[in-house]
Amino acid sequence: MASLIDFFNALGKYDFLQSALLTAIMVGIMSGIIGSFIILRGMSLMGDAISHAVLPGVAVAYMFGFNILIGASVFGVLAALLIGFVASRSKIKTDTSIGVVFSAFYALGFILISMAESSTNLHHILFGNILAVSDSDIMTTAVVLGIVILFVVIFYKELLVTSFDETYAKTYGLKVQVIHYALMLVLTLVTVSALQTVGIILVVAMLITPAATAFLWTDKLVTMLVLSASVGVVSAITGLYFSYTFNWASGPAIVIVAAMLFALSFVFSPKQNFFKLKRSVAR
Amino acid sequence: MLNVKGLTVAYDDTPVFSDVAVKFNAGKITGIIGPNGAGKSTLIKAILNLIKAREGQVDYNGQPMKAVQKQVAYVEQRKDLDLTFPIDVFDLVLTGTYGKLGLFKSPGKAEKAASRSALEQVSLSEFSKRQIGNLSGGQLQRVFVARAIVQQAEIIILDEPFVGIDLQSETAIMRILKQWRDENKTIIVIHHDLNKVTKYFDDLVILNHGIVDYGPANEVYNPKNIESAFSADLSSVLFQEKEGAQ
Repeated sequence: MASLIDFFNALGKYDFLQSALLTAIMVGIMSGIIGSFIILRGMSLMGDAISHAVLPGVAVAYMFGFNILIGASVFGVLAALLIGFVASRSKIKTDTSIGVVFSAFYALGFILISMAESSTNLHHILFGNILAVSDSDIMTTAVVLGIVILFVVIFYKELLVTSFDETYAKTYGLKVQVIHYALMLVLTLVTVSALQTVGIILVVAMLITPAATAFLWTDKLVTMLVLSASVGVVSAITGLYFSYTFNWASGPAIVIVAAMLFALSFVFSPKQNFFKLKRSVAR
Repeated sequence: MLNVKGLTVAYDDTPVFSDVAVKFNAGKITGIIGPNGAGKSTLIKAILNLIKAREGQVDYNGQPMKAVQKQVAYVEQRKDLDLTFPIDVFDLVLTGTYGKLGLFKSPGKAEKAASRSALEQVSLSEFSKRQIGNLSGGQLQRVFVARAIVQQAEIIILDEPFVGIDLQSETAIMRILKQWRDENKTIIVIHHDLNKVTKYFDDLVILNHGIVDYGPANEVYNPKNIESAFSADLSSVLFQEKEGAQ
């Protein structure tokens, strides 16, 4: 309890903590929303891949001093295109194509970052450094959050129908590939924002875990989006509190909280019906 | 009239069928039959532009299919559908309005009313809030037929709609098909159960890597055609039974 009061006192006192909290909340919302579509489309691996594939873009942006959103977007979309290209122009399955492409991008990113000779940056990129967000980082995150919300509100029915029944969408002439790559582009933007809070390695957890948790509680897509964003926010705030209080790394702290919420949902959600399932198996 | 001219489809270098020419009439329920792997689904997908034909063209009343895309409803075989998807029956039927709504518009009162009415027509109103994974195979198929109703299409194509469903659902779907026929729509049904061919269909297309024959069902459905599409054995069994019954 005392630590909770400490945390709130510190929040009132330190700008850096306020910035961290604000960023974490925004990232929780956007990754919860986009993550929902990623898991419903069976693209969890793709989410992981894109989040790793932005690394060379981040490196190039550091080296030449331009906005990392631009660098990351270019490489994220390039990776998505290349994955699609390899899978559709060969007999290789999509998951294999994802494995080949993203590991190559990731490796390239490492080499570029080591060339930039900035090891502290590398550590922050990999594991996040939410306590060091600048005002411009907050602005960028807010812009990305705005883009995510606009994208989902404007294209809600297209995202729904292509996630659920792509063939049907094609028959009435919807450009499903355009929707796919637009989603990939938004995903890379979310990834870059989430880099700050949880780092590249754990971005996928912020995309997948809150969405998977929400999925266990509802049969309505809109509800799932709201719940998933909420789980993201709760994880972010609680994780940050643990991080501040016990001096844990912020990224892993946030991810562990999200995983705990998932575990609770796994046991108690009506859809999962863990106890009932167990009983019926025992019988 | 849906006119298929010289259609050739091949996967890699293996042709599925070549130079298929066939006409589907408005105001008729046309069945497509043929053995497994004969190219029935492939023909449909080529007509729908879901796969690219190597040669040939399809037009509807003189217009290319691309121009009439929003006039087509397709009820596909439900093999890969994600039944855990967070969507209920009503929202699924409502997706039938998306094509004509276009981008940036959300379904309004009229679209919702149309969806409710379609669910009524397939006798599933009380299921409208149910998640789709909690339906029987027949109920789910009726939901997709309801979506096709909402699409208000002129051409309706169904791929094996009666597989694995209960008799009540089969009857309900058949009733809708006949309703569409009365509205002078073009209805195409891929079918597997040879026994009901003449009962269900006005016209028939018999396919086996190419057209074996097509025309009015009671003329085309004869021992010679069935023998050449399926096998001599099957033909003798089917038509002997029929003669015996008479």
